[in-house]
Amino acid sequence: MTAFGTYGGRFVPETLIPALDELEQGWREALADDSFHAELHHLATTYAGRPTPLTLAERFAPGKRIYLKREDLMHTGAHKLNNALGQAVLARRLGKQRIVAETGAGQHGVATATVCARFGFECVVYMGEEDMRRQKPNVERMGLLGAEVRAVDFGTKTLKEATSEAIRDWITNVETTHYLIGSCVGPAPYPELVAELQSVIGREAREQLLAAEGRLPEAVVACVGGGSNAIGMFHGFLEDADVRLVGVEAAGAASLGTGRTGVLHGARSSILADEDGQITDAHSISAGLDYPGVGPEHAYLRDIGRAEYVGATDAEALAAFGELARTEGIIPALEPAHALARARELDAELILVCLSGRGDKDLAEVLAQS
Amino acid sequence: MKKLVIYLMAEPETPELARAAVDGGADIVELGFPFSDPLADGPVVRRAGERALARGMRTRQCLDVLAQTRALVDDTPIVPMTYASILEAYGWERFSEDAASAGATSMIIADLPAGERPESRRVQMVAPTSTDERIALAGAETDGWLYLVTLTGTTGARGELSPALAGLTERARRLVDVPLYAGFGISTPEHARAAAELADGVVVGSRAVQVAEEGPGALRDYVASLRAAI
Repeated sequence: MTAFGTYGGRFVPETLIPALDELEQGWREALADDSFHAELHHLATTYAGRPTPLTLAERFAPGKRIYLKREDLMHTGAHKLNNALGQAVLARRLGKQRIVAETGAGQHGVATATVCARFGFECVVYMGEEDMRRQKPNVERMGLLGAEVRAVDFGTKTLKEATSEAIRDWITNVETTHYLIGSCVGPAPYPELVAELQSVIGREAREQLLAAEGRLPEAVVACVGGGSNAIGMFHGFLEDADVRLVGVEAAGAASLGTGRTGVLHGARSSILADEDGQITDAHSISAGLDYPGVGPEHAYLRDIGRAEYVGATDAEALAAFGELARTEGIIPALEPAHALARARELDAELILVCLSGRGDKDLAEVLAQS
Repeated sequence: MKKLVIYLMAEPETPELARAAVDGGADIVELGFPFSDPLADGPVVRRAGERALARGMRTRQCLDVLAQTRALVDDTPIVPMTYASILEAYGWERFSEDAASAGATSMIIADLPAGERPESRRVQMVAPTSTDERIALAGAETDGWLYLVTLTGTTGARGELSPALAGLTERARRLVDVPLYAGFGISTPEHARAAAELADGVVVGSRAVQVAEEGPGALRDYVASLRAAI
C-alpha cells in the first residue's frame, strides 16, 4: 500500500531508485527546515507574485457567485511556477547543477527555464513536435531564458513521449541531474511533493474566499490533465467535507472518467490504455490536458468518493474561453477553460474555480479553430 | 563456460531467429514483449517495439510466439522481458502461469525494481547506482541469475564497454551468491570478451535486434562471433 491506496508506487528501472531515495530524504529534511519554507515564501512574494488575487466573475456567470483564483497572474503566466521554484530550491539542496523537464503546453517548460535562469542551472526541456507547433511562443520563451528545447519526434509527439524522453535522460544523467517533473505524476515521492508545493493555491484561496464571503464555497472546480493545479486547490479543502471537489478532464483525454488501472511513467494510476496495457492516445485541443495519465492521488480521491471528475469537450472549452474574454476581460488558457465550461452549469451558487493559466500561448490555436 | 544471452523482440519471425541464435551459441534467449512506453530502452529496442505493436504483437500473440520458440530451441531457457503495465493488464499471476505453460523460464520486468512485488519471481536487475543494500536485496529476491546493468542509461550500443562494470561486479560478488550476467551497451565481440572477463555471462540486445533484421543466417554468424569471443 502507498499513500494513495493501491495507486502510486515506483515503477521505474533500478538505476533511478537510489536517486528517488535521495530525493525523498532531501524532501523530508527540507519540509522540516524552517529556512526552506522561508526561502520559498520569499521567492513567492518577491519574485513570483504571490499571493494571487480572487476575482468575482459576475458577468461570466450571472446568478452565481463564481470566484476565479488567478494563477494566470503568476510570473510566467501559470501555476506551474509554484512547483518549479520549490523543486529548484530542493535541487540546489541536493547539489544538482543540471535540470531536465518535460512539457506539454510549454507552461511547465517556461517555468522550469525561468527558475534555471534564476538559479544558474543548466536546463534541458523535452517537448513533442506536435506541441512545439501548437505552442510556438512558449518554445521561443524557453530559448530566450537560456534553456535547450529538445524535440521529441516519435510516437504521439506530445506530452506522453516528452515525459518518457525526460525520464530516459534522467536515467542516463542521474548523478548530476534533477528531474523537475511538472505535475503530480511519476514515481514516489513526486506526486506528494508536487501536491505539497501546489497546495499554496488552495490554502490562499480558502482564506481569501472566507474573507470575501464569510463562508466556504459549495464547490471547487479545476481542470485535470496530470492534475497539479487541481490537487493544489483540492488540498486546501480536503478536510471540509461539505465542499464538493470537481475535476474537469478533456473529454478525449479522460484518464479518470474512461480510463483503467495501469502503470505509466513510474506510477500505478488510472490511465488510458487498451485491454493489453498498451497506452492509448489522448486527444485534446489543449496541449496541457493531452495526456493519457493522471496523478495517483486523483485516482484515489475518485475511488473514495471525495472528488468527482467530469469531462468537457474541445468545443465547450473554446466557448468558455471566448466568453470569459468578452465578459470579464480575462483571456484564460485553454486548460482552465475546461473548468470554466463545467463550473457555469454546476448545481451550486458559490463556486471557486482555479484559473490555472493565461491564454496568450493559445491565441494561434484558438484563432485557427474559429 | 561463460553464458551468452541474446535478446529478440517477439514477432512472427522470432522462433526461427531464436533457433539461429541458439545454433550460433546462445545459451539463453530473452524475448521482448513490446510495450508502448519502454522507459528503460534506447531507440533501437523502442523502434522494434513500435514495429511489433503495429504488427499486432499483443500479450496473447507474444505468448504464442513464446510457445512456438519453445518448440524450436530444445531446452534453451527463454526469458520474457517486458514492463509492468503488461502484467497489470493481463494479471500478474495469470501472466506467470501462462508464460510458464508456454515454456518460459522466469521473466524480467524492466520497471519493477527489487522490493516491489517480491511474490512475482523474476530475474532482478542492479545498476552502478545501486547501493550495497539494494544489491543484496536484489540478490536475495532474484530468480536464477542477477542482471548487471553495466551503465547508467538506457539499452543500446555504445563505443566502449562501461567502466562502471568492474566496480559493480566486484560489489555484487561480495554481496550475492548467484551468477552475474552483464548487459546494456555490449554490442561487439571485444565488448563481450571484456565483460565476460568480469561477469559470468553477457547479454546482447540492441545489436542483436538490428542484425536479426537481416535474417537468421546473419544472426547466427553474429552470435557465433560473440560466442567465440567469450
